[in-house]
Amino acid sequence: MKKLINNPEDVVKEELKGIELAHPDLVKVFYDPDFIIRADSPVQGKVALVSGGGSGHEPMHGGFVGKGMLDAACPGAVFTSPTPDQMLEATKAVDGGAGVLHIVKNYTGDVMNFEMAADMARDEGIEVESVLVDDDVAVEDSTWTAGRRGVGLTVLMEKIVGAAAEEGRSLKECADLARKVNAQGRSMGMALTSCTVPHVGKPSFDLPEDEMEIGIGIHGEPGRHRIKLESADKVTEMLIQPVVEDLPFKNGDEVLLFVNSMGGTPLIELYIVYKKAVELLEAKGIKVVRHLIGPYITSLEMAGTSITLLKMDDDLKNLWDAPVKTAGMRWGI
Amino acid sequence: MAITRDDVLNWVRDYAQVIEDNHEMLTDLDREIGDADHGANMRRGFRAVLEKLPAVEDKDIGAILKNVGMTLLSKVGGAAGPLYSTLFIKAGTTIGAKTEMELTDWAKALEAATVGIANLGKALPNDKTMLDSLYPALSALNSAIENGASNGEALQKSADAAYEGMLATIPLVAHKGRASYLGERSAGHQDPGATSTYLLIKSAAETWSDS
Repeated sequence: MKKLINNPEDVVKEELKGIELAHPDLVKVFYDPDFIIRADSPVQGKVALVSGGGSGHEPMHGGFVGKGMLDAACPGAVFTSPTPDQMLEATKAVDGGAGVLHIVKNYTGDVMNFEMAADMARDEGIEVESVLVDDDVAVEDSTWTAGRRGVGLTVLMEKIVGAAAEEGRSLKECADLARKVNAQGRSMGMALTSCTVPHVGKPSFDLPEDEMEIGIGIHGEPGRHRIKLESADKVTEMLIQPVVEDLPFKNGDEVLLFVNSMGGTPLIELYIVYKKAVELLEAKGIKVVRHLIGPYITSLEMAGTSITLLKMDDDLKNLWDAPVKTAGMRWGI
Repeated sequence: MAITRDDVLNWVRDYAQVIEDNHEMLTDLDREIGDADHGANMRRGFRAVLEKLPAVEDKDIGAILKNVGMTLLSKVGGAAGPLYSTLFIKAGTTIGAKTEMELTDWAKALEAATVGIANLGKALPNDKTMLDSLYPALSALNSAIENGASNGEALQKSADAAYEGMLATIPLVAHKGRASYLGERSAGHQDPGATSTYLLIKSAAETWSDS
């Protein structure tokens, strides 16, 4: 294992210290239990957004705490859901009296821990709503699986619903908006290499030099198909096709196209994927009206990409364009 | 003979050592069909349990097991955190304020734990989860008690059944948890949760064999 770390057990704590030192204007960091909140929390009268998940996906979620996005983020161990005590304390710290929205990615652990935290917060008199993100078309959605994973769409949901909360929308309106985003967005990812969890020390899966994994999640869990390496154009087609067909996105639709790096893939390659994705979408009469390109929801050092499409309307466009000031995403301010 | 508070404490300590010895094996199983963290998470949880155990050593069995459960809830994370936490909290609640328990108390505790886990995880038998070790362990324990087996024999039968249940997860296709994302590719691998659960039941059988 080659990593810029000290003790593998200290990775998350030391990262949090770094965040605390770098962004005192944006966030406050708490330890044991670990969570990050907006520096000006609680914002009175505003719906508060709390998310969280395993670490290793930076900048998500801690890098999205700040004005116009999340009020709090709960980092778990690398690739491991945080625990209810973190979520409860974060929820209490950011509740400004207008209720708290939990944004939960659909993984068995995250769902169970957030469910327990929401129950505890309600027992303490805080109004809590939870919304699930499950946008990964690589997973068959049936009663026979844990359901689709929450992946790239999470970033877009946190930005859009964060803007709505900032605008003063109610808890119910924010929750409905989040569910609408989830209903209108789809993602699919692929990996060129595996990744290594620091405290495990070995790659999460073995991927031979000449092969790639299609339908990868964000935790180094293997995907659905393993095939020989293909060109960027071919890979882009393999990702766009199932995403477009699943919703389906149709001729005349306006979309936000999000091309994400899994951590190890550089921007130069993301732009090649973006170019082909726009061409494929235009050929289908789908218009890209907004975009996001870069490493926003990563899987440690994994090389690979994911593509997310979100069907847009005027409301979503305005919310997307609204000011945001976080460590990981910043515009309009 | 009864199972004493000291027996229960020894079981928890023994299992913490079992996890310490087997965490790499559990993580390796999880690497094949999950996200390669089960052993690491359980080890973090049971190290914390050991640290907190001295503070509750003189409490009743129910309080000790609930304390173990609360520690796991805040230290393990993932799905294993809430699930193992539920196991210990439900067992502790069922046994209650006793400093000694009969094997029938343990059977009731194991049943409550199993029901709690099934409710939280919403898994069914043969979904390739920890329940596939727990259900056989529970029914073997109950039949051994009905047939008048000694504590040691009944606990061993329970552990043997958990072992068979664990092995029976190998050909199964996972329907819950991260392994379910693999679809058919999850078949041919032993479930890590069923494995850590078998080790828990086995540890009880070994620690309590003379009770």
